[in-house]
Amino acid sequence: MKSLKQRQLINTCVHILLVGACLVSALPLISIFTYIVLRGAPGLSLHFFTGLPQPIGEPGSGMGNAISGTFVLLGIASGIGIPWGLVAGIFMTEYRDTRMASCVRFSAELLSSIPSIVIGLFIYEQIVLRMHHFSALAGGLALSIIMIPTIARSTEEQLLLIPAHIREAGLALGLPRWKVTCHILLPGIIRSIMTSMMLAIARISGETAPLLFTAFGSRFWPESIFEPIASLPIQIYNLAISPFEEWHQQAWTGAFILALFVLSLNIATRLVMRQKEPLS
Amino acid sequence: MSILHAKNIHAYFGTNHIVKGISLETEPHQVTAIIGPSGCGKSTFIRCLNRLHEETPGARAEGSVIIDGENIYGERVDPVSIRRKVGMVFQKPNPFPGMSIFDNVIIGLRLTGEKNKEVLASVAEESLKDAALWDEVKDKLKTPGTSLSGGQQQRLCIARALAVEPKILLMDEPTSALDPIATSKIEDLLSKLKKKVGIIIVTHNMQQAARISDTTAFALMGELIESGPTSSIFTAPRMQQTEKYITGRFG
Repeated sequence: MKSLKQRQLINTCVHILLVGACLVSALPLISIFTYIVLRGAPGLSLHFFTGLPQPIGEPGSGMGNAISGTFVLLGIASGIGIPWGLVAGIFMTEYRDTRMASCVRFSAELLSSIPSIVIGLFIYEQIVLRMHHFSALAGGLALSIIMIPTIARSTEEQLLLIPAHIREAGLALGLPRWKVTCHILLPGIIRSIMTSMMLAIARISGETAPLLFTAFGSRFWPESIFEPIASLPIQIYNLAISPFEEWHQQAWTGAFILALFVLSLNIATRLVMRQKEPLS
Repeated sequence: MSILHAKNIHAYFGTNHIVKGISLETEPHQVTAIIGPSGCGKSTFIRCLNRLHEETPGARAEGSVIIDGENIYGERVDPVSIRRKVGMVFQKPNPFPGMSIFDNVIIGLRLTGEKNKEVLASVAEESLKDAALWDEVKDKLKTPGTSLSGGQQQRLCIARALAVEPKILLMDEPTSALDPIATSKIEDLLSKLKKKVGIIIVTHNMQQAARISDTTAFALMGELIESGPTSSIFTAPRMQQTEKYITGRFG
């Protein structure tokens, strides 16, 4: 038996080690974000949000088209990916023990580990080449494929968390199974599902690779989903590899806005989760 | 004239034979209690009476149950329509999560097409009154059902089952998760409810069966040992196993 002094000493040491480990793991995030703020914030101005990219030397250059383009792409991706993932998730829980459900589950797992550039290539082959030009639609589609497994898996997990007797109570009321799932079970977990949707959107909003040869990028305002479209990640990439200091500044500011968007989505998710209702 | 007549019910989980040929008849305006030790198949048996048993993967049931002159195990019978006639209250209070008290009560009606708000409101009030919960919740119908106490939640579940106007109410150990006061409230309630619906209650609490039921059936190892008027089962059982069980010598 060690003396009290000794044990207190060990306690203090371990405590310091733990705090140190926390700091070390938070350090990269904090330093990246601080650096982005320091480099990006000075470039903030109204025309950054409202203006189009201008030739070097011209005043009033902005990333308005990239910001709105990113929102268009996220909209298309969510419009396709969310219902698709949701339905796949519901299928996996409703037909849990079938061979088909295991196939879907396995595919979802595989799909989520496929490098995103491969998904971009696939869409390029299947959509872009067939339509003969890059388009927002193709970009959104590529992003939606990244969303599907995330949403499907989390919908399945959330549905499985609902105790079986809740479903039985619904069935015992004389309701068909699909009504029990859609009107009783899903509304009960709507918050968790929204959370996973927001996380999925946060995840794809920074994706660059699948957009390179699908949405491609553009110097103009988005007009049609059948035209190439600008997006923050691609525009940041293009500006960052340019030789001009002025453009580098814009890239930093774009990165700052993108990081801020993802961060606020994550914080919003946390806030929603905090008021989560306990399952009975 | 019986309101429910179960004949030779067999129930299985995979290859496990749980219920081995139970037959039971229940009279209107009566509480029928099914007693027996844990694992004797009594819960499984009443889950066969609204065809809920077969919803569990790998589970199946055989036999016939006549309700209203119709065999619910008949070939073209839709289990969904059976469950509107035979409501169920579960062991653990299970109000639907994320749903208000009001919505919990009327969800069955609403999802089967009733849209008239006045009808829904009056059904909600009537069902909650029948479940002796109205006075406690009438000022907070919009609050979540899960915010109520355990006993109130269970009465909410009774109101929810009553709202679709079943002919028979199955209760699977409805008070085993509740404290004595909440339990006695539900027991009092049953004596009023039986005027409206036939009640079949599973309980492993013999005193409860003696207090509330008109007919008692004793099940053991998946078989029905005997059934009859509650008073005679508890005072003059015909079978030795029943006597041993009710005098507490096993189970």
